[in-house]
Amino acid sequence: MAFLPNIIFGLILVGGIGFFVRNINKLKRNIKLGQSVKIDGATGQRWSNMARIALGQSKMVTRPISGILHVIVYVGFIIINIEVLEIILDGLLGTHRIFSSIGPLYGVLIGTFEVLAVLVFLAVVVFWMRRNVVRLKRFLSPEMKGWPKQDGNLILYFEIVLMALFIIMNATDAPFQAMNSGNVVSQFVAPWFDGLPLAAIERTAWWLHIIGILFFLNYLYYSKHLHILLAFPNTFYGRLTPNGQLDNLESVTNEVKLMMDPDADPYAMPDGSTQDPEKFGASDVFDLNRIQLLNAYTCTECGRCTSECPANQTGKKLSPRKIMMDTRDRLQEVGQNIDANKGNYVPDGKQLLWDYISPEELWACTSCNACVEACPISINPLSIILEMRRFLVMEQSAAPTELNTMMTNIENNGAPWPYNQMDRLNWKND
Amino acid sequence: MSETLKIPTMAELHAQGLAPEVLFWVGCAGSFDDRAKKITKALVKILNKAKVDFAVLGTEESCTGDPAKRAGNEFLFQMQAVTNIEVMNGYSVKKIVTACPHCFNTLKNEYPDLGGQYEVVHHTQFLKQLLDEGRLSIEGGKFKGKRITFHDPCYLGRANDIYEAPRDLIQKLDAELVEMKNCRKKGLCCGAGGAQMFKDAEPGNKEINIERTEQAMEVKPEIIAAACPFCNTMMTDGVKNKAEGQIQVSDVAELIANADDL
Repeated sequence: MAFLPNIIFGLILVGGIGFFVRNINKLKRNIKLGQSVKIDGATGQRWSNMARIALGQSKMVTRPISGILHVIVYVGFIIINIEVLEIILDGLLGTHRIFSSIGPLYGVLIGTFEVLAVLVFLAVVVFWMRRNVVRLKRFLSPEMKGWPKQDGNLILYFEIVLMALFIIMNATDAPFQAMNSGNVVSQFVAPWFDGLPLAAIERTAWWLHIIGILFFLNYLYYSKHLHILLAFPNTFYGRLTPNGQLDNLESVTNEVKLMMDPDADPYAMPDGSTQDPEKFGASDVFDLNRIQLLNAYTCTECGRCTSECPANQTGKKLSPRKIMMDTRDRLQEVGQNIDANKGNYVPDGKQLLWDYISPEELWACTSCNACVEACPISINPLSIILEMRRFLVMEQSAAPTELNTMMTNIENNGAPWPYNQMDRLNWKND
Repeated sequence: MSETLKIPTMAELHAQGLAPEVLFWVGCAGSFDDRAKKITKALVKILNKAKVDFAVLGTEESCTGDPAKRAGNEFLFQMQAVTNIEVMNGYSVKKIVTACPHCFNTLKNEYPDLGGQYEVVHHTQFLKQLLDEGRLSIEGGKFKGKRITFHDPCYLGRANDIYEAPRDLIQKLDAELVEMKNCRKKGLCCGAGGAQMFKDAEPGNKEINIERTEQAMEVKPEIIAAACPFCNTMMTDGVKNKAEGQIQVSDVAELIANADDL
């Protein structure tokens, strides 16, 4: 029975990682419900964007306070995970601090982790205060009520607990304290535990730490916190063309070409290969493309987009963050529908448009790209807004009346106002 | 004044077997809007003075389709686009200058895919080029020391990353360029983009142009410089509302023409 802890550890590890992989596969399946996208060939540029924006956090620091705090938590998170590797090896092999054999470098490593753990702890406390004490405006929007608010706080509690467990684990590890190398922080915590059963506390902290990490890993899928993984593919697939450039719908191009072609026979019989006419624009997640759906899962609800949005700033209902959250929530709903119906989506009478996003929100957008510019991880809410406007206009003829007038003018006289095209050069003689 | 302006059309030049160096795309606002027509004329005066070989399409020009596209009407946009492209390709247009960032963005970014490949520049870029090439000189005297703030048009700035050309021109006027708290990449929209120009705003607690005008007023400018006819309208309305008579709203081209008494 000496191997019992190793076996239990192995089972927890496999279970934790297995459940996570299962959910990631669901996530992939859900993203693939979207339309496929042609990715242009500039792979080098894409890798460099990912390195700069996701790995290098270049857009986070445009807001210095939250940016620097975030960099601390991010660096801490990545580096402290080296320690997790040791915990996993120890757990599986039944060793204790297997890396300590590397000599003085071990002390340097653990010392670094301890300092980072304290910095992360402090940064997370400040993050918590920004949400709950300072109550920054962007964390109080209507879309942040309920679960999103709770989710944001839960993540911070997790991080506080994990960091605390790491320090406690080191502080109560008598042999490690005796080494007196790398215990830069924990040596000051160690005296708090004088006279207590150190070995038991150390084991408890050790087990809770690794179980906590596995739990947190699995929490990601149910949380906005997925960004720690998805920021990488999302910045890779981020747009490379100018922000102002909207895609030209290919299906429309084909029809327009046909209309403009004097040789086209309007009465030609279909050649038999005709499919259902393509739907223009988007009313549900299936109509969006896979990058837009990846965007939705990547959003961590920081609200920088919404705080920069001119419509939102002036009290309109539009919030670019809500567009992303709605898209994700609807996609999750569709995913659960598929799970519940043995792999098939059974129409539930709901759509992203109307049931989640109202036309009022869509029509408030000025297409100014402030949200796109503000996103630290290359999410593009504007592209979803435009796709849904296309649906409203081209499938439903449901544009606001004034816009219909504008469009009729363009059709009739080539300008958004009712002026005769023949008068276009009259300014010359004014 | 107008009799001295030279405004050839592409058709006229074509009839003489000529093709100009650059097509001046006037745009709907520049052709029909009373305020924007003044910008059009100011730019023509500068082009004439710099002896730029240009022409306009005149009655052959039609809306680029930008507001239709942003409103979601891709059909109408592409119909407009292919029609305009046919006209421009017929004249073998190589280079286009326009004073409207919306036309600029559409012509530059959305026409190439549909067969319209041109070198497209915004008028502030073009004037900067003329200046750098020594074809144009700017007299600063009249604006010396005046506080001018520049309102970044979204379709020039964030949409196409052009922030410096208009500022460089303003600096040449010896003016004191003051920046609003939201400028360049963080510039606040005037409220007109995405087809908003043509409709009322959704319910809210403020108009966007008022918010932007207030931001401009914070830096106490004598002039708000714009580089887009729609921004110009929105900011002019905002100023009428908040600071009538205290602040002037002018296009960068107007400032330059004015400095030279054109």
